[in-house]
Amino acid sequence: MKPHSSSKAGKKLGKERLQLHLMIAPFAILFFLFTVLPVISSVGLSFFSYDMISTPSFAGFKNYIHMILYDDIFPISVKNTLIFAVIIGPISFLLSFLLAWMINEFGPKLRGVLSFLFYSPALGGSTFFIWQVLFSGDRLGYVNSFLINMGLITSPIQWFKDAQYAMTLVIIVQLWVSLGVSFLANIAGLQNVNPEIYEAGAIDGIRNRWQEVWYITLPSMKNILLFGCVMQIQASFSISGIPVALTGFPSVNYMTHTIVTHLTDVGTIRYEMGYAAAISVFLFAIMAVARVLIGKLIDMTGK
Amino acid sequence: MKTSQYKRYTRTRMGNIIYFSVLLALGCFMIIPMVYSIITSLKPLDELMIWPPRFFVKRPNLLNYFVLPTLLSNLNVPLSRYIFNSLFISFVTTFLHIFVASLAAFVLSKTDYKGKKIIFLVVQFSLLYNAYTLAIPQYLIFSKLHLINTYLVYILPYLPSSLGVFLIKQYIDDSIPDTLLEAAKIDGAGYFRTYWHIVMPIIKPAWMTLALFAFRDMWGMSPSGTIFNEELKTLPTIMGQVVSGGIARAGNAMAVSVLLMIPPVIVYLITQSNVIETMSSAGIKD
Repeated sequence: MKPHSSSKAGKKLGKERLQLHLMIAPFAILFFLFTVLPVISSVGLSFFSYDMISTPSFAGFKNYIHMILYDDIFPISVKNTLIFAVIIGPISFLLSFLLAWMINEFGPKLRGVLSFLFYSPALGGSTFFIWQVLFSGDRLGYVNSFLINMGLITSPIQWFKDAQYAMTLVIIVQLWVSLGVSFLANIAGLQNVNPEIYEAGAIDGIRNRWQEVWYITLPSMKNILLFGCVMQIQASFSISGIPVALTGFPSVNYMTHTIVTHLTDVGTIRYEMGYAAAISVFLFAIMAVARVLIGKLIDMTGK
Repeated sequence: MKTSQYKRYTRTRMGNIIYFSVLLALGCFMIIPMVYSIITSLKPLDELMIWPPRFFVKRPNLLNYFVLPTLLSNLNVPLSRYIFNSLFISFVTTFLHIFVASLAAFVLSKTDYKGKKIIFLVVQFSLLYNAYTLAIPQYLIFSKLHLINTYLVYILPYLPSSLGVFLIKQYIDDSIPDTLLEAAKIDGAGYFRTYWHIVMPIIKPAWMTLALFAFRDMWGMSPSGTIFNEELKTLPTIMGQVVSGGIARAGNAMAVSVLLMIPPVIVYLITQSNVIETMSSAGIKD
């Protein structure tokens, strides 16, 4: 909306400006207080040494130097985080669109049933611990007792202690919980594609459903897709809760130790808050780079 | 909509059946844990401990539910108070969050507000900063503002959640053509009227979806170090006590988690039926 350059401009413009200030004010004020200020202080804290008891003392780049040169576990956590993010992020993003799109083609009733099934992990709260019961490492675990009864194995497999299985299982469970937000955002986004555009597309020579999704559906919801994309970056680089719940803390040989697991460890158990802040600045930098690269990629496909 | 002579390329009937079967199978896999929680909550103690473990229950009963009031009877604060607290903060926050987020998203998306680009950039990137290290600065701000030990400590920090503004802003970008707003402007509608009468009805699927996210987050909220008054604590805090009872309480713990699922499921059903309902009306834009 461009302001009118008509005669009664002056007073009306001032009033409109005030209206805009008022509309954004509740968000702007609270956002500054509860997000911007804490982020700034956290970045500042990364240059201090702070154990939550004594007053913070200035440490310059000491935290960052320690992180890169002397912390043996940090590189492992970076490696694991990247593996998780690179596998889970794209798969989860594609799945959340594909599933939403496939479900959307059914009538309202079937659509309702299917989307409930796919969103159920997010509604179930902490139900993911059931995977732990299913894959429990003793003979009582469902999978183990099934395999023993079938005669396929003789002794129970330590699913979450064995590097051979742990990483794969964590990835599966993480994919299972991670559909939530972008899946529903895509469902909402699909409601908003104007049916008339599809008809116009048919006239313009769209030949099959794949052309339709590529030339019509995707462009019509590109901003919602970007939202899903950023949420996936955020979620897949911040993985920690599920690996810890399934493989324990710390996991055997730190095999599923991620950056967020590491910074929680440093902050909660060792009370090195300055160091934890440095790690989160580092994590932010990785995610910001990923965000910018993906933005570039999206711009390229749009042309 | 069906009147057009130009047929969209849709799936054949057979294709539909195949797609549905595959999706249903996958969906059933997704819901296993939720089903398992419900089944387990109906198991008597001896069935919880048999080997080899059985997925289904032989003699279902509601005992795990009936003993919950006794398990929770020696609380200093009655259970109803915790339930009220959780419902109260969930509804109030959800309601306010939708307004705070959609008002800001409208300004950032469809007006020439000065500095909107930079604000939106900060909103997007703030999503990427890990929440864990923000706890200490946030705590200091809460205590400076005297929010500790009040309901506001739950509600206020959630209202400006970047996710909400980001979601709604993107949805407005996709769904509201500038020409529509130009028309409203010519009709003499101010910004607020445009937002309320034109934008909000069209983007209903977005804020309905956001309502679900907000409700779900707030329903699962348990205070960490910001609430000391027992009367202001939420349901999940108290439910932790039941779960911590070890294997003998496994059935009760399941009963509790099943009960805690009910409100989010109800809100899910309400909001999603609205999302899907709007399809026919909101699709038409001019």
